[in-house]
Amino acid sequence: MSAPSANAVPQPTSFAFNEANLARVKQIIAKYPRGRQASAVLPLLDLAQRQHDNWLPRAAMDYVAGLLDMAPIRVYEVATFYSMFNLQPVGKWFFQVCTTSPCWLRGSDDVVKTCESKLGIHMGESTADGLFSLREVECLGCCVNAPVIQVNDDVYEDLDAQSTAKLIDACRAGNPPPVGSLSGRKHSGPASGLTSLTQVPAAGDD
Amino acid sequence: MPKLTVDGKVVEVPNGATVLQACEAAGAEIPRFCYHERLSIAGNCRMCLVEIEKTPKPQASCAMPAAEGMVVKTDSAITKKARKGVMEFLLINHPLDCPICDQGGECDLQDQAMAYGFDRGRFDENKRAVPDKDLGPLVKTSMNRCIHCTRCIRFCTEVAGVEELGATFRGEHMEITTYVEKALTSELSGNIIDLCPVGALTSKPYAFVARPWELRKTESIDVHDAVGSNIRLDARPPEVLRVLPRLNEAVNEEWISDKTRFAYDGLKRQRLDRPYVRINGTLQPVSWQDAFVAIAARLRNLPGSKIAAIAGDLVDAEAMMALKDLMQALGSPNIDCRQDGAKLDASTRAAYLFNSGIAGIEQADALLLVGTNPRWEAPLVNARIRKRWLTGKLKIAAVGPQLDLTYKYDYLGAGPQTLADVASGKHAFAEVLKNAKNPMIIVGQGALARTDGAAVLGLARQVAETCGLIKDGWNGFNVLHTAAARVGGLDLGFVPGQGGRDVAGILEGAGKGEIEVVYLFGADEIDTAKLGKAFVIYQGHHGDKGAHRADVVLPGAAYTEKNGTYVNTEGRVQQARVAVFPPGEAREDWKIIRALSEALGRKLPYDTLAQLRGRLATVNPVFARVGEKPAAAAWGAFGQVGTTTTAAFVSPITNFYMTDPITRCSETMAKCSALLVAASGKTGTHG
Repeated sequence: MSAPSANAVPQPTSFAFNEANLARVKQIIAKYPRGRQASAVLPLLDLAQRQHDNWLPRAAMDYVAGLLDMAPIRVYEVATFYSMFNLQPVGKWFFQVCTTSPCWLRGSDDVVKTCESKLGIHMGESTADGLFSLREVECLGCCVNAPVIQVNDDVYEDLDAQSTAKLIDACRAGNPPPVGSLSGRKHSGPASGLTSLTQVPAAGDD
Repeated sequence: MPKLTVDGKVVEVPNGATVLQACEAAGAEIPRFCYHERLSIAGNCRMCLVEIEKTPKPQASCAMPAAEGMVVKTDSAITKKARKGVMEFLLINHPLDCPICDQGGECDLQDQAMAYGFDRGRFDENKRAVPDKDLGPLVKTSMNRCIHCTRCIRFCTEVAGVEELGATFRGEHMEITTYVEKALTSELSGNIIDLCPVGALTSKPYAFVARPWELRKTESIDVHDAVGSNIRLDARPPEVLRVLPRLNEAVNEEWISDKTRFAYDGLKRQRLDRPYVRINGTLQPVSWQDAFVAIAARLRNLPGSKIAAIAGDLVDAEAMMALKDLMQALGSPNIDCRQDGAKLDASTRAAYLFNSGIAGIEQADALLLVGTNPRWEAPLVNARIRKRWLTGKLKIAAVGPQLDLTYKYDYLGAGPQTLADVASGKHAFAEVLKNAKNPMIIVGQGALARTDGAAVLGLARQVAETCGLIKDGWNGFNVLHTAAARVGGLDLGFVPGQGGRDVAGILEGAGKGEIEVVYLFGADEIDTAKLGKAFVIYQGHHGDKGAHRADVVLPGAAYTEKNGTYVNTEGRVQQARVAVFPPGEAREDWKIIRALSEALGRKLPYDTLAQLRGRLATVNPVFARVGEKPAAAAWGAFGQVGTTTTAAFVSPITNFYMTDPITRCSETMAKCSALLVAASGKTGTHG
């Protein structure tokens, strides 16, 4: 991850929340004590990013600063601090591949290789058709089901080269699989099937 | 009052003091980068680590509250090792470019690396590279050198009140930036150069000009506004190369405005360096003798009533005194030091002073601004108001221009009518003033330099009297001046004598031919077109408006080139000192007048500056109290009861960066005004 320049991409000149989001903004701000509305900056930026194709243009940061009566620089500081805010456009399917130690031990190299070769892009890049973006991220907190990829808001687990390829195809077809393990494992149970508690205990059985 | 032991020494410190302050009290010096007494505590540089008994790790002393019974060790092996470790980390990304760095020789990091640095680095990776930022024409950046102490961010946010700098991104990628590239819009932005402990922020006009040890340092006083900021002039003769602030808690703390700091390059341009006399319509260079002869010829047999003198905004009290004495000797009562025509009453000292003192703002709890834009008229007064406002104890209201002053205030109205409402108690804010412990009014020149100025002054006095601004040990009636010479001029009585004319009268008389000779002493802010056919003598240091109109030009000295007394808006008498000599044949101003008096056959009775200062002190004893806190001035009746117009109060300053002949000649100030004033102007695209 490198600090991208603020003015690297063409920025929209204006941004405003739609009506539904404005209603949510009111609810969010109401959660904080009067005069502490600046605390709402994170949820509002998130809302703005969701409304704006999963990336946060400067106009949106300025707009949020205006809503919360903050100096724009204070919003820029927050938005640039958190890597979850995308300051540049990302593809419709935003692949965040975990390569931290547990995922790496469980074969994230294959997952990365598959993503890169199948999409024809490197980490940190987007496909020309605007469908996919690829980014390397640190631990996503699903080590027990490593390796994992986060696609937009959803995490897909227990990946290998094959299932990663399938996942990409499914996304391209606009039909992503259900969230969770792609190896058929249930939650974080043993990969080879249950080894205990294989049957429902009988009533009265301790 | 916790008592703690520092290096075996027991010290008692006030509640809320930090360990660092306790160490200082015990005489132990603690290295630091991010900590600064006037800014909030950040605790992020870690340089001030000390060992405290019963804590598992060294503690950042700047952020650790001192507690009863603490045992602090500032020279233990653990402390030293911790500091060395921090220094090594700081130097990992700091470039080794001291030889080409402007901070070299006065760099905190350089100095402290001498004490805690290691002779080589153990970090084999590349140093990080950070793009430089463009912060405008004043502050040069070299962001590779930045150690992220965040002093500049905290200064802009807290003291200057302009939230434009911030730290974006994080960790290895953290950058100090405005994010959207733009010039800082603060009038105090130059102070971040002093605050920066490394060479990341340096002065752009001073870039690669000199090394600190080459410079001769002179302690002096600033004249670009009426605050009288204490400054240090760093000169390598014949030029002043930079201006730095000096500590004076009562006046400028340790800040100065950008105008004070950066206008010095105006001292090199458009200088009058030899006398001139207008011959056949053009100014011809002549000798001093010929210039005096020309004046003497014109003044011969002229009655005093046909002669007049106007003193400008940058002149020193000594020369004004000499000129006043000379005019008296010539029999002229037509003298005035109020170029802008402000209806200031010279008879009562309290009527034209900032009586509460600038430091007094920190006791005020209610403030009414009248016809003033302190942010441009006196940025350091504005910074004090903001400082007090930040404590939440000051309620502010304004009558006059409605501007961004870096703090919130109630806008009451535009003109005298609103002030009259407050004076009569009709306005709700009158109650706020009455209920306040230390209420204050600040009257700007925008409220006084108008035809109904005397009536407005009367209204302001009425506010002061009816709302309880004058009480035992507190005088909340404050006049904010914009001219450094003004209070001194009023103190020594450079105002029309019996039957004399003021500035408007002089100009009118000159236009009608009733005044035949006008002596402009550094007076450039008047409408010279109104001088008619009068014979104009201009004494000053810059070829500005006055010199262009003059028939005789006498080259004087700028504030950096003479020993002169200035009285600031609070009535504080301070002395500026010679840093460099005036250019060419220019001379110190009082000497010119003294020499001219001899040529006119009316020799003034002083031959040395000391004698002249003695004369000043006999005219007004305040001049003997140099540098002291001004004594409380007696209250009296001043101002007029009269009708006021409905015209709105307008601040006299339309361009902060260009207010006097020096700043008008300064390239740096020209860049600032093109960039900042034009951008904020009403005709700009942002309007």
